[in-house]
Amino acid sequence: MTFNIIVLAKQVPDTRNVGKDAMKADGTVNRAALPAIFNPEDLNAMEQALDIKDRFPGSKITVLTMGPGRAAEILREGLFRGADDGILLTDRAFAGADTLATSYALSMAIRKIGKFDIIISGRQAIDGDTAQVGPQVAEKLGIPQITYAENIEKIKGRKITVKRRLENGVEVVECPLPVVITVNGTARACRPRNAKLLLKYKHAKTVTERQTENIDYIDIYNSRPYLNLTEWSVEDVEADKVQCGLSGSPTKVKKIENVVFQAKESRQLTDDDVDIEELMKELIDSHTIG
Amino acid sequence: MNNLFVYLEIEEGVVADVSLELLTKGRSLASQLDCKLEVIAAGSAADLEKIGEQVFPYGVDLLHLFKDDRLSPYTTLPHTSILAELFQKEQPQICLMGATIIGRDLGPRVSSLLGSGLTADCTSLEIGDHEDKKAGKIYKNLLYQIRPAFGGNIVAWIINPDCRPQMATVREGVMKKEIFDPYYKGETIEHDVADFVKEEDFVVNIIDRHIEKSKVNIKNSPIIVSGGYGVGSKENFQLLYQLANVLGAEVGASRAAVDAGFVEHERQVGQTGITVRPKLYIACGIS
Repeated sequence: MTFNIIVLAKQVPDTRNVGKDAMKADGTVNRAALPAIFNPEDLNAMEQALDIKDRFPGSKITVLTMGPGRAAEILREGLFRGADDGILLTDRAFAGADTLATSYALSMAIRKIGKFDIIISGRQAIDGDTAQVGPQVAEKLGIPQITYAENIEKIKGRKITVKRRLENGVEVVECPLPVVITVNGTARACRPRNAKLLLKYKHAKTVTERQTENIDYIDIYNSRPYLNLTEWSVEDVEADKVQCGLSGSPTKVKKIENVVFQAKESRQLTDDDVDIEELMKELIDSHTIG
Repeated sequence: MNNLFVYLEIEEGVVADVSLELLTKGRSLASQLDCKLEVIAAGSAADLEKIGEQVFPYGVDLLHLFKDDRLSPYTTLPHTSILAELFQKEQPQICLMGATIIGRDLGPRVSSLLGSGLTADCTSLEIGDHEDKKAGKIYKNLLYQIRPAFGGNIVAWIINPDCRPQMATVREGVMKKEIFDPYYKGETIEHDVADFVKEEDFVVNIIDRHIEKSKVNIKNSPIIVSGGYGVGSKENFQLLYQLANVLGAEVGASRAAVDAGFVEHERQVGQTGITVRPKLYIACGIS
């Protein structure tokens, strides 16, 4: 038994490592200073996909990402870790998409891929934290969803059993394939890059990358088809432009405020014993402590 | 028509705190908009027995009941069908749900089905107007859905000018629950579940479920000792636990400390964690 697995992955700015250079003095985000990374929970999803491939050799993993040209980096990262194929969905018409327009575009790309049993992604991306795209892709494809998954326990026939991590416990559910699964950060971490695969796919590129980087070697790209990363536009996936990008997004950003953290109602104390003693007395008198 | 709806989360017959908090917010928004506050309760007959008495004091005008033993515990598809069908009939202007595992599973599915916009994890909800200068249009009484983004480094104001309902999820503890009127009496409608849910909606089976009461009660703790990345290690956090023990406090943590693996996620405080209102907050190693 083999399965066709599609991993939905996103390239995100590393908001977890917002260092000193990442915020400008006026409180705006300095995007250039944030490294672009493989969304962490999408890596947890990748590991679940690789695990299915281990258990059912011959299964195929396709990494699908939507983003600008540089997001091809995500596809290579997926290939280095054991994916079989990568597809970049990229078009100016996709720009400014909210979660609904994003899931429409992804669902059209998935329809174009055609064969799929399991679509798996991280629970949410660290730049938006919405957790919406997985369920919305499932709805657009008319298939069930299992969110907050921690482990795929087993697949038997056309039924999959998944452990979910809830706020105060766990739940084990059984569901027919095909299905969309979103994976929690509490799931197993992804295995590292494989050195052999790194050598194999180091020069895997999209057509656009080859053009902009002036990479020639046509013969090599012709004789090694696995080095050609697929790139799809709106037309390629036969998507309705009106439902993509900004025009396909019911939610609009009215304004953005930069967060400038400031202390209100705070007092500064010295580390002198007298100061601390007085604070303790005050807290005890107000019945805050004790 | 065009009322404000809140989806109720129910565990063992008890309405979740997050839903009650949304009723308080929903009541004040509904009064401001001069519309009714309606709520949806879907679950087993046993779970729904005492919902009315729990929610009416929060100012609920209409309670929609959907009784079917297969609706408890929650699974995605039947609850989605209920909301989608009901919303197509009732055309609500706003729908609020908890930014819980259930709300974040159900909300996006419903929003995709209805083609309406959804904003996750709002920290503030307000009513206001919006002018679209390009289209030369003025929208009255929109819901401003205010939420942190980009790891909490910015705050975005989101609106849904054209699609209805305007949907938003809110985390537990962000809104404050308050009884509106202990004698408030709303109406109850019991719907026929078969008119809303298809047999094939029950394809997902829950084969095992363990729910434990959370041991960490950081939300209601009057004193919190919080640690950040500066604490340095999981071992150093023991110092915070010792202090908390002496003070009768709970230990909290910043996102950086949780991401670094010093502390479990259920202790995370702040915009991306739990909203807390302690009397005393001691921050250690948080910049």
